[in-house]
Amino acid sequence: MTAAIEFRDVSRVYGEVHAVDRVSLTVQAGEFFAMLGPSGSGKTTCLRLIAGFETPDTGSVLLNGREVTDEPPYARDVNTVFQDYALFPHMSVLENVAYGPRVRGQRKDDWRRRAQEMLELVQLGNFGERRPSQLSGGQRQRVSLARALINQPRVLLLDEPLGALDLKLREEMQIELKNLQRRLGITFVFVTHDQGEALSMADRVAVFNRGRIEQLDTPRTLYMRPATAFVARFVGSANVVTGELAQRLSGRADPFAVRAENIRLRAPAAAPDADTVSCIGDVADVQYHGAVSRWQVRLESGEVFAAAVADAGNNGDFRIGARVRLEWLRSDAVPLSSAESP
Amino acid sequence: MRAVSTFLYRRPAVYVLMLLIPPLLWFGTVYLGSLFTLLAQSFYAIDEFTAKVVYQPTLATYEQVVTQPANVDIIMRTLSMAVAVTIACGLIALPIANYMVRYASPRARAFFYVGVMLPMWMSYLVKVYAWRLILAKQGILSWLLDTVGLGAALEALLRLPGVGGPSLSASYLGMFIVFVYMWLPFMILPLAAALEKVPESLLQASADLGARPVQTFRRVTLPLALPGLAAGSVFTFSLTLGDYIIPSVVGAPGYFIGMMVYQQQGTAGNIPLAAAFSVVPIVLIMIYLTLAKRAGAFDAL
Amino acid sequence: MRYRRWNEPSLGARLAAYAVLAFMHLPVLVIVLYAFTTADRTYEFPPPGLTFHWFEAAFARSDIWAAMRLSLSVAAVATVLAIVLGSLTALGMARGNFRGKESITVLLVLPIALPGIITGIALLSAIKSAQLDPGFWTIVAGHATFCIVIVYNNVVARLRRLPHSWIEASMDLGADGWQTFRHIVLPQTATALLAGGMLAFALSFDEIIVTLFTAGHERTLPIWFFNELFRPRERPITNVVAVVVMVVTFVPILIAYRLTRRGSA
Repeated sequence: MTAAIEFRDVSRVYGEVHAVDRVSLTVQAGEFFAMLGPSGSGKTTCLRLIAGFETPDTGSVLLNGREVTDEPPYARDVNTVFQDYALFPHMSVLENVAYGPRVRGQRKDDWRRRAQEMLELVQLGNFGERRPSQLSGGQRQRVSLARALINQPRVLLLDEPLGALDLKLREEMQIELKNLQRRLGITFVFVTHDQGEALSMADRVAVFNRGRIEQLDTPRTLYMRPATAFVARFVGSANVVTGELAQRLSGRADPFAVRAENIRLRAPAAAPDADTVSCIGDVADVQYHGAVSRWQVRLESGEVFAAAVADAGNNGDFRIGARVRLEWLRSDAVPLSSAESP
Repeated sequence: MRAVSTFLYRRPAVYVLMLLIPPLLWFGTVYLGSLFTLLAQSFYAIDEFTAKVVYQPTLATYEQVVTQPANVDIIMRTLSMAVAVTIACGLIALPIANYMVRYASPRARAFFYVGVMLPMWMSYLVKVYAWRLILAKQGILSWLLDTVGLGAALEALLRLPGVGGPSLSASYLGMFIVFVYMWLPFMILPLAAALEKVPESLLQASADLGARPVQTFRRVTLPLALPGLAAGSVFTFSLTLGDYIIPSVVGAPGYFIGMMVYQQQGTAGNIPLAAAFSVVPIVLIMIYLTLAKRAGAFDAL
Repeated sequence: MRYRRWNEPSLGARLAAYAVLAFMHLPVLVIVLYAFTTADRTYEFPPPGLTFHWFEAAFARSDIWAAMRLSLSVAAVATVLAIVLGSLTALGMARGNFRGKESITVLLVLPIALPGIITGIALLSAIKSAQLDPGFWTIVAGHATFCIVIVYNNVVARLRRLPHSWIEASMDLGADGWQTFRHIVLPQTATALLAGGMLAFALSFDEIIVTLFTAGHERTLPIWFFNELFRPRERPITNVVAVVVMVVTFVPILIAYRLTRRGSA
């Protein structure tokens, strides 16, 4: 089956900096695909390469099996929702939404009608005659969605669309976007630096770091089986164990990761359970987060482990400064391919 | 149409080139071409007898400009006027710029900014003419001085060489006043901009350490405002140096560089001499610019 | 002695500031006053009486009208040239950094940075070398050259404030370069263009320094005015012309100022 989007060894270089460094990926039709990473990791540049705002220095970009590397944005069957929404202030909301059909030469009655339909789709049916400056952030976002979708693109690109919204609104929009994608059935490619967002919304996530994809997997796999130290640290909070300590705890010098929530706190004297790995340390800090408490435990060798423990009330035994034993199942230690810190 | 658009999209260099070629072509031929012609002309000389230009490269015209006493006089006269005007503008601009930035309420400050910019946008000739009227015998200034009883003092002043002239409206003093008036906004605005950059906290610290306002001004504000003064002085200096209208309209009999240039190309038809003379202000301004750059003028612009 | 708050200005400081401001504005008010004087030749102060007589006399003079027409047409043509060339330059320079960009900026500013006399004599020597006749088109050429930077400054400032995402959004939605220019760039820069044009017009209308070199036998209104300054007769008419020149140059500038204020607000 032809992929909706394909990158073949794509690079984009600015002077000395490899913003995108030989990236290859495929996005399947109908997927909700997320590109996750810290700022400067190359995820936004990849999005712009798909849209056509940038041209790769090497490699090729294919949409639906066809090479589009040199094609300008207006020739691609892709539409973008911008981070700042990019609504045109000198046009009304309706005219904004109708921009695509209008510049493609549709008749006035047609584009007015279709734009009105799209506005109703995003529940802004009565806002057609207003100016973008008169709308709230959430409303502007929906207008820019409508404006992008009216062209019925095969692929919709979203550049950190929820960043400017407050928490409640963000959570609502996450659900709305997911429903919208399911209903329309088109491919969504979504850029974000918020791993929680990526994990909850996407079918597959590509984790970017310094211009390369460290791992491309389903959210569950990324979380449970991070491939590198970077992914382990960036997605969820994991303890990355390397070098001497790794040698001592696992018998091999290869780095591994243990998720904070997989670590249990035990009294130093108590006997360890079967198939577990232990180490001793002093409690450095405790933070109460409602259902879960986050503990920072400093080992003798200096490393600090983070443990996320369900607050069952019995952890008052361990106060700051107390000695404690960290214990985890051997199978919860995930081997990593690279111990480079991000 | 789309094909062209796509072609240009893929080749941003071609797009930029297409946009810039017409204006650059214009500038190249009309402006740069003229400047080179001027420079070239200055290396020719005029034949004394035929009064025609001899197209052979020579430094004779330049020699004429820098050695003949009359010409040197002209240059010195223009230079000293430019320096005097610059100093005066600086001195006058300081109190008003300082007031605008430090003491005026936001509304008053806006009022002052508009008030300072307005004269800049008024017609140059009209302003010169207005001063001609004010300075005229029986004009406002004379009337004012007479009523106050200083009429005799003015007469005495006008008799001083290098300062006075036949009447106030045809004297060096009159010219000086008009120059200062014309270029004052050009000095005030950069100075105000530089003064705004001086953080209030520095002045508060100075006061806190015991300095009175005048001391703070002299030791803290002034040195920090120097780039602004330098920037403003670039304008007052070069504008005075090259002006020929004001010396003609409000001027004493002595010639200024600008007048020489105008006169030589006009009646005398001696374009090489005019060209050579016009190179003098360029050189002087270049020198001044390097000095001003050291004083930080370019940061303040 | 009452201690002032350290930040309060002394009375002297305040007076000085306002005095300078007054000094900067009084001369022009004087002209306006003199345009109404009943005195015939001298510049008596105070003026013996006020009248509209000189305005009528000025409107009857055909040489004044001829000069006015010339100034207006020169300004119009120079402004159009400046708008076209200035906008092209602004569009080319708004984005991207390429070698020589700074040099181009310096080049654009040069006509205004160098004393007018140099531009004037340079143009004249070029005209003579090319064996052309100074006249309408040489005047226009001179004016257009330094009006270009005025339009350029206005338009490039506006273009740089235009979020690039708007242009990308337009292309993303299907508009090519021309359509994006027509629907997005042009409406947004229209006020800047107009403001620049107004300023260019005012500058051209008022121009005397370079024009004296490039005009040959033609007389723009400023040239007419300049010549009058060396004549002894009928000076009150000159005052009227001065007021007219002031109004014709001031009004566009005011409009330009309002346009740019509104655009950035």
